[in-house]
Amino acid sequence: MKKIYLDYAATTPVDSKILKAILPYLKKNFGNPSSIHHFGQRALLAMEEARKKVADFLGCQPEEIFFTGSATEANNLAVLGLVKALKQSGKLIGKAHIITTKIEHHAILEPCRHLEKQGIEITYLQPGQDGMVKISDVEKSIKENTVLVSIMYVNNEIGVIQPIAEIGRMLSDKGKKNKIYFHTDAVQAVNYLDCNAQNLGCDLLSLSGHKIYGPKGVGAIYVKKGTPIEPLIYGGGQEGGLRSGTENVAWIAGLGEAIEQIQKDPLGTGEPKIRIKSIIIKKLRDKLIAGVLKSIPNSSLNGSRVYRIPNNANFSFKGVEGEAVVIALDQEGIAVSTGSACSSKSLEPSHVILGLGLSEEEAHSSLRVTLGKYTSEGEIEALLKTLPKVIKKLRKISGYNPLS
Amino acid sequence: MNPRNFGKIKNADGIGDTKNMRCGDIMKIYIRVEKKGGKEIIKDAKFETLGCGHAIATSDMICEKVKGKTLEAAKEIGYEDIKEDLGEFPQVKIHCVALAQYALKEAVEDYYKKTKKK
Repeated sequence: MKKIYLDYAATTPVDSKILKAILPYLKKNFGNPSSIHHFGQRALLAMEEARKKVADFLGCQPEEIFFTGSATEANNLAVLGLVKALKQSGKLIGKAHIITTKIEHHAILEPCRHLEKQGIEITYLQPGQDGMVKISDVEKSIKENTVLVSIMYVNNEIGVIQPIAEIGRMLSDKGKKNKIYFHTDAVQAVNYLDCNAQNLGCDLLSLSGHKIYGPKGVGAIYVKKGTPIEPLIYGGGQEGGLRSGTENVAWIAGLGEAIEQIQKDPLGTGEPKIRIKSIIIKKLRDKLIAGVLKSIPNSSLNGSRVYRIPNNANFSFKGVEGEAVVIALDQEGIAVSTGSACSSKSLEPSHVILGLGLSEEEAHSSLRVTLGKYTSEGEIEALLKTLPKVIKKLRKISGYNPLS
Repeated sequence: MNPRNFGKIKNADGIGDTKNMRCGDIMKIYIRVEKKGGKEIIKDAKFETLGCGHAIATSDMICEKVKGKTLEAAKEIGYEDIKEDLGEFPQVKIHCVALAQYALKEAVEDYYKKTKKK
């Protein structure tokens, strides 16, 4: 049975060019970058080359890029590290205030909840039913004691794109008296959107290796010069003291290569490779959305149809439960994911679907399909053929009649 | 995903339905009861489940297991019996069995209520 992977938002396979970039630093050039001898210096060179690649991509200086073990770690650093630094420098007088959204990744929500227990005030903005956060809502929430705004560039579940550059502009006008730092989780945006830190107007930005055809276990954070930040991990002082621990040179080299691959233009059309791929992916994704909504009654698309990255589709189907759909599709060789409570360790339904103001039933019956650079038209056609049958069968099992 | 006992029983002798407030799964069990040798036996059982793979498998299995059993014996069927055929459940899925047991008990109680009225 042919195996079809349509869960690229969960993780991606390592591209062979990226694997090639990683391997030399595992066995041949395995030195510790902190060592003075040539083994160490060779590894250091590879790491700094990767740093430059990430910096070029984000339009910043290499000194503003720090490697971490994941984007989750980068997110924790952005939120907890900033607050820690402000507290230590005495700049935090009284209670601090952070603005974020209800539909952030748990890697932002959990650090925020942790800070709430310590007395920090958090505003969790409610997006519209399309998933978009209003700039005016962000502006209205700003208080005297606001120190940080953290809004994810692209949501991992519904693929919705937030107006980050506009929010950045608004914040830079606002924060003339008391600086309000701006962080964005760009993990799902890196493949498809402009991530130039100056254009976005952000002070902090997180990214992940394994969402961009790199390995799991490496991420990076952009920290604009002058942004106060304290480490979460103490030790040998690597990464300018911000992230101690012997650097994962091989994985970092992989991340650098993954970032470079996004920008390469082997077709010589003047259009970066990723933009051409995006157009192809978008076409397939649009075909999928049109096909599903047409062939399956009582189905709906969750999140904005327009402000959405090219590879994401998130549906709800009345009368079925998401995990059962995922399993049934998996039995046919097709891999997707769901926001249903049954599929989560905590038995909580997707906070993102609920955060849009949709019902528990809609979260319970949600299905996320995310395409990638290896997705073919044949694979989408296979899903379009199989999914209606699966939904029909599960609706028979649940006794749901779409016509009633 | 190939359960055998899904569907409705027309004019069922007992119907039990339940919803898990935490995960949102919904189960409905229909039973057909007949009198055999002075005892009330479940002749047929069917289910309708809006739930995950474990929920569907459990409701299917419980329907399979109660056929031919007395009403009281049917109420005793639990995780240990289900486990025999479906294997051990992860901790987070064991509540699916409790849900199916509850729906079945409701179906039996429904039958008792209906027959008292006769």
